[in-house]
This record gives sequence, structure tokens and C-alpha cells, in this order.
Amino acid sequence: MSDILLKIDAVSKRFTRKPGVVAAAIDRVTGKDSTVTVHAVSNVSLEVERGEVLGIVGESGCGKSTLGRIVSGIYAPTEGEVLLNGDIVAKEVHGAVQKQTTRVQMIHQDPFASLNPRMKVGEIIAEGPRIHGLIPAKEVNDRVGALLEKVGLERAYANRLPHQFSGGQRQRVAIARALAMSPELLVLDEAVASLDVSIQAQVLNLFIDLRKDLGLTALFISHDLSVVRHVCDRVAIMYLGRLVELAPASDLYEKPLHPYTSALFDSVPKLGVGKRSFAAIQGEIPSPINPPSGCAFHPRCPFAGPRCKVEIPTIAKAGTGRSVACHIHNGGTGAEASVPVFTEAAA
Amino acid sequence: MAEISTTPPVQVENPLEGRVERLRNFCSDFSQSKVALAALAVIIALFAVSFGAPIFSPQDPYDLAMLDWMDAFLEPGSEGSGGYIHILGTDNVGRDMLSAIFYGLRTSFMIGLSAGALALLVGICVGLTAAYFGGKIEAVLMRVVDLQLSMPAILLALVMISILGQGIMQIIMALVVAQYAYFARTTNGAAKVERSKDYIEAARSTPLPTHRVLFRHLLPNVMPPLIVVATVQVASAIALEATLSFLGVGLPLTEPSLGSLISNGFKYIHSDRYWLSIYPGIGLMIAVIAINLVGDQVRKVLDPRNSR
Repeated sequence: MSDILLKIDAVSKRFTRKPGVVAAAIDRVTGKDSTVTVHAVSNVSLEVERGEVLGIVGESGCGKSTLGRIVSGIYAPTEGEVLLNGDIVAKEVHGAVQKQTTRVQMIHQDPFASLNPRMKVGEIIAEGPRIHGLIPAKEVNDRVGALLEKVGLERAYANRLPHQFSGGQRQRVAIARALAMSPELLVLDEAVASLDVSIQAQVLNLFIDLRKDLGLTALFISHDLSVVRHVCDRVAIMYLGRLVELAPASDLYEKPLHPYTSALFDSVPKLGVGKRSFAAIQGEIPSPINPPSGCAFHPRCPFAGPRCKVEIPTIAKAGTGRSVACHIHNGGTGAEASVPVFTEAAA
Repeated sequence: MAEISTTPPVQVENPLEGRVERLRNFCSDFSQSKVALAALAVIIALFAVSFGAPIFSPQDPYDLAMLDWMDAFLEPGSEGSGGYIHILGTDNVGRDMLSAIFYGLRTSFMIGLSAGALALLVGICVGLTAAYFGGKIEAVLMRVVDLQLSMPAILLALVMISILGQGIMQIIMALVVAQYAYFARTTNGAAKVERSKDYIEAARSTPLPTHRVLFRHLLPNVMPPLIVVATVQVASAIALEATLSFLGVGLPLTEPSLGSLISNGFKYIHSDRYWLSIYPGIGLMIAVIAINLVGDQVRKVLDPRNSR
């Protein structure tokens, strides 16, 4: 842990919806409070080394995209702070988020929505560096051409509009736009999820090549475990806004520690001979508006004990370079007899 | 990213190609409807005769020296003292009706277009600001707009005229106040849809300055519905101005618009001098219907569900 580029320090993000004027008046009369608070991210701490790709995995609604948006400066955290090279990424001024750095860039999920349909690809790529004066005006065209070639497109495409491209090509344009700012950190929010599988592979290979060439550091947000295994050095698993497990990719895939992680792996469909039933995780994901007490996963966890219902597990070291937030691995659940599988892994 | 300039400069494809292509698509889609095409031809013709009024009209209706009391109330088709035929007759002071309609059309178009353009500008600013910043700013701005939309435009315009007084500038101001709300409402609705799209988020996370996100990214993408509203609102601005003039609070007869011509002729309609108000009325009707037909077709073509 020598050269830490990104430090996410105890970050929480809550979204509140305050009642309107009329609803507030009714509230006052009835004594109720109809303010709705969503706990999107709760107390997440992570560190990313320079040159590392950290995967963030979880079900939809677990807060992984919110975390990505906080890191890329679209949201400011409600609590805690995100530091890039020791500098705050974004802060809130009079209710509006102001991003403080151009060194973090984001690549969105849907390349059909993330490119302005009325700007030419060349303008889209050049806009950021031009506004921020990162490259001299004379070199803009050259730079755009070089970037297009770097992401596997032709230079002449600079004069086309986004609708003239396929999904994979658009995602390449989005990557070029992010690279144009010479970022130190890339945030890829489900960057290949909306592409066809064959195109996914192409874009992933492009990303892997770029990473090798440019020494990119990245936060790779995905729900696709096989994709994450392919590109990430370390993987963080999130559940209902909390970090539940953090481990080097190879270790994690070999032996998941948290019951949620292993349940996730069990639910991945695999190619194989014969019929194979796969174990879906029991129950629905709880609402982040009213998260369960104690460990958020306990209503669905087959190993949950009495302690899980009351005490929120803290994330603790569990072997070299890995940590996990689960009572099984940190003092027991209070119902030890029912947990035969995972206790030995705690050592 | 180090190796930059070893490669040859970008081959320049025609930078306008995309735009030209879209324009061509638009034109071919538009001409699907023969009615709209005819309406467009009518508008162009009306524009030509109204803005070229000094050339096309046989007489200058503003030039009192050219008017002759002897020519008053000539029937359509009769020859006056000027030695030419008054195709649409003359009015109570011997003004050639055809010339007066040309000049009146010019005033009406001018008022309609400038009121429409100004209302568009104000509406865009209000709607975009509300949509982008949201919260209290949006609540206040859009409630005012809603309040205005719930009142008849003519009532609002009458109140404005009574405050501002008469004259072309005052009429335009009154029309802007009465009409900007439609643009603000449309802009706000469209901008709220666009604002939540990823390309706006991408622009904000670059980060780009707010004004650039608003005017370079958000605005161009909310323009299509606004163009539709604009055509309809220009037509209704012309009609509204005519109504105000007809009610006698619009323009004086020395600066005739179609409304004041109709109003003037209306006094004589029961004495068989129908041409004084019927012909300007027909002129107004043709102009408003033609603009509406064109606006309708533009709406159909720009509707994303129709897109090719």
C-alpha cells in the first residue's frame, strides 16, 4: 500500500426528499414526518493504488453506481470525503455540487445516452481539453485524431455525429472523451453492460490494452462477476450501501468469505454438462429507505444468528490483503452450531 | 498520450455533411404533405408581398397626398382617380384596400415574428433555468408560468396594454408577456427529460462550466419541440394582435395592421360595404391558417416517433 491515488474515507450518501409545502403543512397537523431518506451509501472506506483496477460488484440498488458518481464528482458525499492525491474531488456550494478536479473521468453505462446527439464526435472529444486549456488550440485536431486511433477508430470519424455509430463504437468514443482529459483515475460505471457480448469483449480488450499502455488506474463498477474477474486486480463487494468484502480478485473467486459473496457466485449461470440448478439468494433485496437492523444481509443469510440482527458488522482484516464485514469471521454470530462451513476460513 | 503529431492531420470530410443530410431528410419528410407545401408557398408569397409592399402595392396608403376623398367607398374592381383599378375596392378615405392589406400584413408579420422571437427567448431562459436548477427556483418560476397559463392570453394582453399604452413596441411587449409562458412550459418539460440523460451528467462531470452545459448541451436538444411551439405562437400572436386592434386598443389606423383594418371596415359592414372588413379578414385568415398548417407538418416531421 505504498502509492495511494484514491482514498475514499468513510463516505456516506443519503438522498432525502423533503415534503412539498402542502404535505409539510399536513405533516405539521398530523405530527407525521413524510421526509423520505434513502441510504444509498453507508460508511464506505476504500483505497486504490496507482495503476490498480478495483472492481465494485453488487446487485442493482446496492449503491455501487452512487459510489462511482461520488468518486467522479457528480455527487458530493453527505459524510466523509473522497481524496485524489490528497485533494477533495467535489464539494457542495450553496446546494450545487462543484467538481474540483479534471483528473477523474467517468465512462457511463449507456453509450446511446452519454454522447450529445447534436455534437460531432470530434467536438465531443475536444470540448473538455479545449475548455480547460489542456492542449493548445492548434493541436486539438491532431490530438483528437490520435485519440480516435488509440481507441481503434478512424481519424476521419471526428466529423461524424454519434447516431452514425454502433454501440461499441460509441463506447469507444466515450472512452476517448475520458482519455482526452488525461485523467489519473477512470470510473467505469457498468461500461460494457449495455453492449452485445462480442462487443463487450472488444471493448474490454481495448480497456486492458489501454491500461497496459497508459498505466491507468480505474474503478470498475459492474454486476457481471465474470467481466470483473477478467479486468480487476481487487474486488469490493457491496450490499445495500455497505462494503461487505474486499479481496484480491484471484483469492475472492477461489474462496469467498462473506455469505453474500458466495451466494452471488452460486447464482452465476455456468456452462457445463447436464442440468444444474442454481441457488438464487433467498428473498428480495431490502429497501434502502428502511434498511434492516444489524447486518443488512441477515434476513437473507442462511447463517444468520442473534448477533446479526442487532449489531452492524465492521469490516475487519481476514487474511492477507482481504477484509470482510461479517460476524462469522469476527467473533461469531451467536448461533455457532449452525455455521459449519465458514468458520474455518476465518483463521 | 505522448505521441501526438507524427501522424498526418485529420482528413477533412465535409464538416457540414451531417447537418446537410439531416436538413435534406427534413425537407423530404416535410414535402410528404402537399397541403403543407402549398401552405409554405402561401406564406412565402405573403412574406414577399408584405415586405415588398412598397413595390407591389399600387398605392402608398400612408401617403395622405395620394388619397382622394372622391375615391372613398369604391367597389372592388372599379377604377379610381389614380387611373388604376382598385381590385379590392377602397375604404372610407379612398385608400386602396389591396395596398392597405399588403402594408397591414407587413405590420402583422413584423409584430407576430418579433413577439414570437422575444417570447421564445424569454421562455427559454425561464424554462431552462427552472429545469436546470430545480428546487425552489423552479417552484417559483413555474408556478408563475402556470398561473399565467390558466388565464386567457387576451385578458393578460389587455391588462398589459392598459398599463403600457398604445404603439407597436407596447403591443409586442404585451404579446411577449402573454405568450412566453407557453415557451417556458415546453422548454421546462423537454429540458427536464434531457437533463437526466447521461450526456448532461458527462458534461457536468468533465467538468464544464454551467453556462456551457446549459447552452451547448441542453438547449440544442430541447429545440425541436420549441420550433413547433414557435410556429403556432407566431400565428396566435398575429391573431392576438388583430384582436387587440379590433377591440380598439391595438394600433391606430395610421399604422394599419390587419386587425385595425377589419375594425375600421366593421363600421360599414351593414351599409353593404362588405369589402372594407371582409378582405383584410380573409387575408388574416389565410396567413394564420397557412402558418398553422406549416407548424403542424413541422411537428409531425420532428416527432421522434416518426424518425427514420
